[in-house]
Amino acid sequence: MVTRNFGAPIRRNEDSRLLSGQALFVDDVELPGMLYAAFLRSNVAHAVIRSIDVSAARARGGVVAVYTAADLGDYWAPGPLLVPPPPIPGITFNQRTQVPLAKHKVRHVGEPLVVVLAQSRYLAEDALADIAVELDPLPAVTDLEQALSDASARVHDDVHGNVAARVRQSRGSYAAARAAADHVISRRFRYDHGASSPIETRGIVASWDARADQLTVWDTTQAPVFLRNGLAAMLGLSERQVRAIAPFVGGGFGPKIMLFYPEEVVVPWAAKKLNRPVKWIEDRLEHFFATTQERGQTHDAEIALTRDGRILGIRDVFLHDTGAYNPYGLTVPINSQCTLLGPYVVPSYDSTFTAVFTNKPIVTPYRGAGRQHGVFVVERLIDIAAHDLKLDRAEIRRRNFIPPDAFPYNNEIIYQDFAPLSYDSGNYGPILDKALEMIGYEHFLKEEQPHLRAQGHHVGVGLACYVEGTGIGPYEGAKVQVQANGKVSVATGIGTQGQGHFTSFAQIVADQLGVDVRDIDVVTGDTDQFYWGAGTFASRGAVVAGNAVNEAAKVVRRKILKLAAEHFECAEDDLEIAEGAVSVVGVPGQAIKLGALALKANPMRGAVRPGTEPGLESTQYFGPPGGATASGAHAMIVEVDPQTFMVKLRKYVIVHDCGTVINPLILSGQIHGGVAQGIGNAFYEQLVFDEDGQLLNASLADYLLPTALEVPHMEVAHTETPSPLNPLGIKGAGEAGAIPVGPAFAQAVEDALGLPDRGIELNEIPLSPNRLFELAGKLR
Amino acid sequence: MHTETHAITVTVNGTPYRRSVEARTLLSDFLRHDLLLAGTHIGCEHGVCGACTVIFDGLAVRSCLMFAAQADGHSIVTVEGLAADRHHLHPLQQAMRDCHGLQCGYCTPGILMTMKAFLDETPAPDEARIREALSGNLCRCTGYQHIVDAVKLAADRMRG
Repeated sequence: MVTRNFGAPIRRNEDSRLLSGQALFVDDVELPGMLYAAFLRSNVAHAVIRSIDVSAARARGGVVAVYTAADLGDYWAPGPLLVPPPPIPGITFNQRTQVPLAKHKVRHVGEPLVVVLAQSRYLAEDALADIAVELDPLPAVTDLEQALSDASARVHDDVHGNVAARVRQSRGSYAAARAAADHVISRRFRYDHGASSPIETRGIVASWDARADQLTVWDTTQAPVFLRNGLAAMLGLSERQVRAIAPFVGGGFGPKIMLFYPEEVVVPWAAKKLNRPVKWIEDRLEHFFATTQERGQTHDAEIALTRDGRILGIRDVFLHDTGAYNPYGLTVPINSQCTLLGPYVVPSYDSTFTAVFTNKPIVTPYRGAGRQHGVFVVERLIDIAAHDLKLDRAEIRRRNFIPPDAFPYNNEIIYQDFAPLSYDSGNYGPILDKALEMIGYEHFLKEEQPHLRAQGHHVGVGLACYVEGTGIGPYEGAKVQVQANGKVSVATGIGTQGQGHFTSFAQIVADQLGVDVRDIDVVTGDTDQFYWGAGTFASRGAVVAGNAVNEAAKVVRRKILKLAAEHFECAEDDLEIAEGAVSVVGVPGQAIKLGALALKANPMRGAVRPGTEPGLESTQYFGPPGGATASGAHAMIVEVDPQTFMVKLRKYVIVHDCGTVINPLILSGQIHGGVAQGIGNAFYEQLVFDEDGQLLNASLADYLLPTALEVPHMEVAHTETPSPLNPLGIKGAGEAGAIPVGPAFAQAVEDALGLPDRGIELNEIPLSPNRLFELAGKLR
Repeated sequence: MHTETHAITVTVNGTPYRRSVEARTLLSDFLRHDLLLAGTHIGCEHGVCGACTVIFDGLAVRSCLMFAAQADGHSIVTVEGLAADRHHLHPLQQAMRDCHGLQCGYCTPGILMTMKAFLDETPAPDEARIREALSGNLCRCTGYQHIVDAVKLAADRMRG
């Protein structure tokens, strides 16, 4: 290898198209004869459907068809359970999945009732106003604790107490730990996460080609292979007859991994039935109801410690809002349960959660996927312990870190991937030390803070540590193929939503095949280009698909060397691959371009040896034995305005360990973006529902995404503990930035306002200025 | 039925177009679906996210908040018209690539057009000015830092 691309801050291959407006997104697909779908959605959270009259809509000019659940006939069925519950003894799990169009009851605002297909989107939306729906409203289930009572209404009539799931996991004896403890702290924490809000909403275009007997679907999905398989099964087609394409997708962050949204069931069916292409593009208002989101958990947690601050055990009982249906199983609350343990030695742990059905939109993973909730609880418990035991906040964390020689470290509970929660590798002390150095922790506390306080500035520092289980299975695959023009094609089954796969995967191949990164053409998310795969979620794309790409490239490299050795009648060891050609070392002029070699590998005439495969290509798969555990620490310095409670982030540092780094530029971008979403979660973003299950702030004017003025300049540094679980040593990085912002923010604001000494704790997220005023306002 | 139509002449990226449009057709829909200039993206359709920003007679405007009929007699530049030709990138586009100022790229056209109008007025901005000018465009992927870097770099390069 002459040039090393892996690890270099290489500019992205995909950018030119994106920057010049030439990249294809789903709404850019224009087909002749296309119809446009609009959905009539429930405007109440909980009701029995008495009648739906669509006759006036059907009669409107430009309307081609109007369908209700009854029109779907046998096609109507609840969606699949995407993630079955993990094999944890004694769990309760009540599966209730979403339906394509509501039939008897509506269970959340925004649940679709009717679809209109018309010649334009404008006409389709006009026709929605023609539809008469009679609903008998029922009391809405919105409060988690009340939902569990016998007196509560039921989201699903046959699910008593609205219990979607109940799971207990434990290790060691918490009772014994508590009995032996010098100090026990018990608190209630609330953590509310929000809407992923990609700037591109969801959308789907479906086209049925009756002559080819083939359905093509363009979809904003993070999981095109599952989409194809599911559609084929639902429509009675073989997988070969369905092509699912996730083209450029304008941000995903989790909710676009969810299947099958009602629109994804109805639109392809209508396209096939009407034999016309159909497009549906979600609008922003719909996005707040019709796309899945995350929301709140309430934790009653307790920590038992020695007087020198060593954790003996943690007990946690929490409620999780799963919304009206639970198609994604237990992933979010299991992540909360597992990630709570963080980078710390927790000898005994007893955690029980109850997932609760409510009359609100469905909860499925959004960047962090419940990890934030757990990290908030443990970090806040440790902060309170530090205050009670008069220990430094950094020191108490350091005392409890899993030591670097203890890996692999088994936490003895089951993670979201059904495997034991085992950390593959890590070294937490240097991460925290580096973060403290970068934020200037000692200097800030000893000099800067007293100095600024004397001038009337309310400044404080906060820090938080976390781990993140990433790169889980089952597997991904990749096909690497040298083209006759010398370029290399790489295809993989995952979709991409901005993570830079077109470049990072090219970097992996470039090193193996001696080809310029710009000459490597990566295709993602097209099931006709690559058949198998799972999808882009759980910070796994680079880890799992990246390693599959590497394995395939290695095989192609061997094929290149073998064929070139035959061509030059030399030993493979005498060959060098560089700059798109194979040459004999030390023999000038003895070189053949990879394209020419690829042509030789596909002879048009003559005989080949038995077992010969044509071309210079290979398809390989990679499945990790377990998730790779990334880790990090964030620290921030904030200033709080004591009049308005606006918080200004004066400094923000991140130290992150995601194993070996493919492209530091792309990695920084992932971290920055994650932190920005974390800041939104901590301070600005909250889905505010009233007691009737109505979302009160369903617009971007009211649900506040951070802008360039709210997100500060960030300093990012890396440490590197390669994962032993994959040959490239990679750990995932997609979600990390978003995970620890909340507890660091709460701690920094407390510090800025001197709240701990006044007995005020900030044990909830988000902390809007209004909420801070309520909680800390007694200061004034 | 909303069938009132208007005949309009609008110049987009230097090319004059004559079209008949419904009164209620949004400028964003007209650009994307009538003229097939799909580089202008739709993020919220209520004027908050800025993804649909185009340059209208030299000013950055949100095309989702205007009707196509209002563009009659006016001149518009979209992301497709930012660079001098197909084979080159505008300095802002180049700087965005150099600084990794985009991830999914969906908000990018709107940001480019907003920053183009901004740099035309403010050729030597500091970081605070850039962040303020950028604050009307939402990006959910980048955390803005690399975009700010890119705008600074582009401004430096454009001043030569």
